[in-house]
Amino acid sequence: MDLAFFGGSLFFLFLAALHYLLFLVYQNPVVPKVARYTLYLAFVCQILFFAARFSQGGIPFGTNMYESLVFFSWCIVLAYLLVTIRYRVPVIGAFVMPIALILSTAAAFLPDKGVGEIPPALKSYWLPIHVTFSFMGNALFAMAFGAGVMYLIQEKQLKRKKPGAFYYRLPSLEVLDTVSYRALTIGFPFLTLGIITGSIWAQYAWGSYWQWDPKETWSLITWMIYAALLHARLTVGWRGRKAAWFAIIGFLAVLFTFLGVNLILSGLHSYN
Amino acid sequence: MDILIVGLSHKTAPVDVREKIAFEGETMDKGLRSLVAYPHVAEALIVSTCNRVEIYTTVGKMEVDEAKDDIASFLSDFHEIPREVLDPHLYTFTGEEAIKHIFRVSSSLDSMMVGEPQILGQVKDAYTCATQAQATGNILNRLLHKAFSVAKRVRTETRIATSAVSISFAAVELARKIFGELEGKTVILIGAGEMAELAARHLLNNGVEHIMVANRTYQRAVEMAEEYRGSAIQFDDLEQHLELADIVISSTGAPTTIIGKKMIQGVIKRRRNRPMFFIDIAVPRDIEPEVNQIENVYAYDIDDLEGVVEANIKTRGKEAAKAEEIVHQEVTQFQDWMRTREAFPTIVKLREWAEEIRRSELEKTLKKLDGLDEAERKRIEAMTEAMLNKILHRPISQMKHASHSRKGGDLVEIARKLFELED
Repeated sequence: MDLAFFGGSLFFLFLAALHYLLFLVYQNPVVPKVARYTLYLAFVCQILFFAARFSQGGIPFGTNMYESLVFFSWCIVLAYLLVTIRYRVPVIGAFVMPIALILSTAAAFLPDKGVGEIPPALKSYWLPIHVTFSFMGNALFAMAFGAGVMYLIQEKQLKRKKPGAFYYRLPSLEVLDTVSYRALTIGFPFLTLGIITGSIWAQYAWGSYWQWDPKETWSLITWMIYAALLHARLTVGWRGRKAAWFAIIGFLAVLFTFLGVNLILSGLHSYN
Repeated sequence: MDILIVGLSHKTAPVDVREKIAFEGETMDKGLRSLVAYPHVAEALIVSTCNRVEIYTTVGKMEVDEAKDDIASFLSDFHEIPREVLDPHLYTFTGEEAIKHIFRVSSSLDSMMVGEPQILGQVKDAYTCATQAQATGNILNRLLHKAFSVAKRVRTETRIATSAVSISFAAVELARKIFGELEGKTVILIGAGEMAELAARHLLNNGVEHIMVANRTYQRAVEMAEEYRGSAIQFDDLEQHLELADIVISSTGAPTTIIGKKMIQGVIKRRRNRPMFFIDIAVPRDIEPEVNQIENVYAYDIDDLEGVVEANIKTRGKEAAKAEEIVHQEVTQFQDWMRTREAFPTIVKLREWAEEIRRSELEKTLKKLDGLDEAERKRIEAMTEAMLNKILHRPISQMKHASHSRKGGDLVEIARKLFELED
């Protein structure tokens, strides 16, 4: 049952991402509607997937890579839905949903061990707390990333004074900068809490708050990039292009922390 | 019934002819009433704008030529212009072409400036006048409502009407792309000039709240500030006020630039990088083009704005092709509906219906009658056929006859209702 829900979520996520991309090109008002409704369906399918895993006795919050990818993907969809309630920028979906889709697709290619033996170190209430904070932070950074890319495109159009298709389709610089900033100000506390809860849990599980394993080190690097950006925005009024670039670099660090570390470096956090 | 359009527009007639045959208010009402009094005109509607005067009518299928003549005479008599002067400028459309024309006009595809938004409102007003004068009927009502929905489709499904095609509107549009909402933003207007003031006015109409005016002659600045309900500033204090401005419109007669890169670098620092938008309408330029290189600063001169307008017009051209496709689809649909109103398909349906009844009743009866030979059977069958033909003869010939005159459409519709012949 859980696999059927996962398949459904993948299918609807594909449709949603496709329609968000089409929305960039076509004016037809039906396209964003299809995108939104298929996204709702994907979101629900993902929830059902987690529910199915729970009912089988699993803790689907990243005990293995497969579930981590699905959960990250779900967090991005959730963050998108929350951001677009406040800001009417559906087109950001064209830049963010492909990420969610790639994460889910990658999961589909990984061996799914199903609900099996959970490694003893992960049997803890801290697991869902730590993982939820971290991934919600990451998902909001994905929003900041999407808004940052859009900002750079729109800014280039305005500077070069040659309006192309994007000029008409993308929202104003002000809105994009605001979305990126808001995602950052909410995402940063999440990441911070993710790291803190992680280190408390590490104290219980491994007997030490911090051991400089690669995941921890890269989390700290990511945290420092966003801290620097937040600091520059608050003190010297950084905004616009520089801020957009930083949001993009920050998210690349997020991806490396999440994927690169597991694939390339090995350490305490490798459970896949 | 057929749809007939007679009219002239910016494409066929110079303004001195157009203005002579324009209709408005009272003349519109009078015109409509006298139009429908013509023997060959069933329904009528007059669209009169500064670019076109067109008369939309429905007429009997066999009376199109007479109706054309009626309408031309009407225009000539009503406005006291000889036919010889008027006729060379007139065009006519019938059938499919007429439906297409009405859809294109309402969707602003036939406008001088394709995509301009006023025309739909003008057609709507024209329709309201015509309904008030009771000059429209079934067909025009449906046609015009369809035209409005086609215009709406074109507006939402294409970008034809979303981009600015004048310099002052392009400036507003750019400001929106930079600042989003313009509420609470401040403009400084430096110098005077028609285009600069127009841009300032558009910005004010679009939410900009505060305007400061600077002029070499302070008195002039005070006058202009009063006009825009803003405040005047001393020309020499310009630099310190720039800090407050989100948008700067400059249009002075200065021989050299008055705003330089160095100056703005300082200003933007003091503004903590909040974006600025410079619109330089002066020739020679008032603002160094290098200002555009500063981060969060956007500086457009008159050529840049013209470039944006040009790109917008090009996009409109592409979007127009999509719009024509929408119009084409809708015309086909409307024609289908028109066709159902014609006599011929109705007659066929009526015959089929009656024939079906005849057959089934005949079959039932023949089954119950034993011992009839072939000749007797044939005779009974012939009788039923004869009855049917005699009964149907009158309504059918009435319908055929009526469809060629201007009241025909109604009779066919009545027949469809009476015999429940809807599809």
